[in-house]
Order: sequence, then structure tokens, then C-alpha cells
Amino acid sequence: MVDLLLISFGAIFISNFVLARFLGICPFLGVSRKIETALGMGFAVIFVMTMASAITYGVQKLLVRHGLAEFLQTISFILVIAVLVQFVEMILRKTSPGLYQALGIYLPLITTNCAVLGVALINADPGEGYNFIQAMVNGFSGGVGFTLAIVLFAGLRERLEFAPLPKAMEGFPIALILAGLISIAFLGFSGFRLQALLGL
Amino acid sequence: MTTVIAAVLLLTGLGVLFGIGLAVASRKLAVETDPRVDEIEELLPGANCGACGYPGCRGLAEAIAGGSAPVNACPVSTDCGAIAEVMGVEALSCERRVAKVRCIGGKKEAKERFAYVGSKDCFAAHQLAGGPKACEYGCLGLGSCVEACPFSAITINENGLAVVDEEKCTGCGQCVAACPRDLIALLPPGDPVTVYCRNTEKGAVVRKICQTGCIGCGICVKQCDQGAITLENNLAVIDPVKCNRCGRCIAKCPVKVIQGAVVEETASAVSGG
Repeated sequence: MVDLLLISFGAIFISNFVLARFLGICPFLGVSRKIETALGMGFAVIFVMTMASAITYGVQKLLVRHGLAEFLQTISFILVIAVLVQFVEMILRKTSPGLYQALGIYLPLITTNCAVLGVALINADPGEGYNFIQAMVNGFSGGVGFTLAIVLFAGLRERLEFAPLPKAMEGFPIALILAGLISIAFLGFSGFRLQALLGL
Repeated sequence: MTTVIAAVLLLTGLGVLFGIGLAVASRKLAVETDPRVDEIEELLPGANCGACGYPGCRGLAEAIAGGSAPVNACPVSTDCGAIAEVMGVEALSCERRVAKVRCIGGKKEAKERFAYVGSKDCFAAHQLAGGPKACEYGCLGLGSCVEACPFSAITINENGLAVVDEEKCTGCGQCVAACPRDLIALLPPGDPVTVYCRNTEKGAVVRKICQTGCIGCGICVKQCDQGAITLENNLAVIDPVKCNRCGRCIAKCPVKVIQGAVVEETASAVSGG
């Protein structure tokens, strides 16, 4: 139980996918204009990352058994993620048209979100040695971390809309600087010794 | 060599497996869609401007096909006859409308109360003590409508006023909602005769703050033999349906706040008589 807590805290704060690992920057910048859409994207990513962690875990086991993991990992994981996103889209359209409409274009866009591929590769890393449950928790927490980052960022960007900025700084330039500043703020978590706090 | 074959086989196997899975899933999870939705979507402009109040052209096409929206619900499209045909109903009127900014009191004509240096947003300026203009009804010229226009049809001229390019305007109405002073209206195209002022203050007040503000004198009302002009709250209002574009009100308006294209024959008849 404690190991799961450590994994999720690590994935959300210490090595946040966006702000510490610098994965998934494209949607982070692309759909962070409004908090609403940022939340929608975040929830879609949580779902896909959790599912991708589960399925790629099985695929990884299969690859390792045949000794192909080294060079087949990336391509087969991308295949899995693409299929998964397609499948999720179909299920959502059938069962929950409301959510499907709310997520809209963001759902298929997740296919190219490198945070999803990132979590699959991290789970597959023998150095981490995650079991099935740990991998899923890592995927879920990674998604939560992504959502946290993008919602925080969207909130700040909404305020920036009305800030008196020099012409050259308007729009993306200031957004990039802002992203850097949030990343530096999250750097504060990197010295966090959760094990010591819990007395381990 | 065996590794290569194994890799190819494994990946092919996975691909085929997923392919079959998706094919089955798409059959099982297929959502029946109305074929008319696609046809109607083809006929819509496809700009996804949202002027109809639905999420994009697809949303409107679904609503029309579902019967919850009329066939002429798209304010941009001039092709509602074709949509009506798809739906098998009679076409309603689908006249084109263009936006007009009803204020001509720019920097030269209208006085300013204070210098505004805040954010370039009409709503922000409007909320700051009623805006920098002495006239609380006039165009602030900060370009909220310019931002809102998905077709780049609005510009701010050198006099600090928003003007609409009739050629580019599609009548989507985004700017109407974007103006904090309700200055923009959708009117028939071809420069209709319009009162370019929204100030409802008494004449004496208007005269002090703007050279081209409607003073509510009522001369235009007397000039109009079509009964198209009425005076509401010290402000002349022209009904574009009744107006025959004779242009007499334009000629007689003491503050030159009525403007528009005049139909030639009638105008010469007036000047001749």
C-alpha cells in the first residue's frame, strides 16, 4: 500500500510528466487557453494513461519472453495506444454522447501525446520493476499530474489575457516563460523525502 | 535472422489482432447517424463560427436533421433553400444580413473625459467609470468586435471607430454579442439608411459631448412619408422594412447622423420638387 502511495506522489509531484519530465508539452501548450478544456483534456489523458499502462504491461511481458523488447517496445506501444484511443472513442460515442461531445477533438489527439508513450516506457523499464498494479497506479497518477499541471497553467493563462504585456511577449512567448516558471516551482518537490517522512 | 522474423510476425500478429478487434468493435458499437446530417453539413459554410448557438456546423446539421432547429438557423449561409430541399420542407426566407456599427462619433467628433491606458478591451473600458468617452453610448474603438469577428471583416479606422466591410461580413452576429454598448446590429446589405447613434440622452446633453449624436429633434420623423422613423427615448429609429430610401431624412438631419445609400430616382425627385 505504501509503495503505491510513493509511486503516485512521485508521478504527480516529484517527477510530474509535464513539469519535470517535459513530456506531453504539445497539449499542455495547445489546449490550456481555458480551464474547462484543460480539465476535459486532463480527464481524457488520465483515462487513456491508466488503460495504456494496463495493456502495455501485457505487451511488454510478451515482448520480453521473445527477447524483442529492446527494439520493438516503442513501435508496439504506439500501436497499442493508437488502438486504445480509437476504442475509447467508439465506446464513449456509444455509451456517453455527452462526454464524447465535451472531449471532442482532444480525444483523438491523445494518440500523439508523448506522456502516454512515456508512462508505458517508464513502466516497462526493468530498473523500476513495477508489477501490474504498480504500473496502473503509475499511469493513473501520471494522468493526474498532467491534469494538475495543465489546469494550473490554464488558470494562469486566463489571467494573462488581461495583463498589460509588451507586444512581443503576448501569447505564446509569455506562455513559454510561464511554463518554465511553473516547472522551476515544481523543482521544489525534487528534494522531497517522502520515505523519511513516513519513517521508512 | 530468426529475431527479425519473430519481430515481424509478432508485430503483424498484434496489428491483425487489433485490426480485427477494432473492426468488430466498430460494428458492435456503431452509432446510427442520419444520412441527412452529412448532406446538410455539406451545405453549411463550415466555418464553425457558432453564430447559430450550436457547437459548430456539425452540431447545427444534427439539430436541423433532428427537427429541433429551423432550416434557416444558420445566419451565415445563404443556401437555406437547398437545406430545405434535403429536409423536404418549404424554404423560409433566408435573406442576407450584414453588421453595422451604429456610431460615427469618433475622435474628431466626440469628446473624451479621460485618457484610457488600460487593456485593449471594450468591456474593460466600459466598466471603468463608464468608459473614457464623454458619450456613454458611443463606440470605444478598442476592437473587441475586431477580435470577435471570425472573418476579419471589422477594422478600427483612423478616427477610432469600428467599421464593417460589407463584402467580408457574413452576418454571423459574433460582433453583436462582443460589443458592450450594443452598437452593432444586423441589417440588410447595401448600406441601408440608418441612424448612426444610440445615445438616448436629451438633445442638450448630446450636443455638448458629440457633434454627430442624435439630439432627438424629430425633424426626420416629420420628413418621412413612409412612417418608417419613430422617436424612442430621444433617439430616432428607422425601420429598414418600411424605409424606401428616399433620402429626405439624410438631407434634413441637422447633426448629419443619418446616413445610407439613397435610391437615385427618388432622391432627384426630392431635390427637383
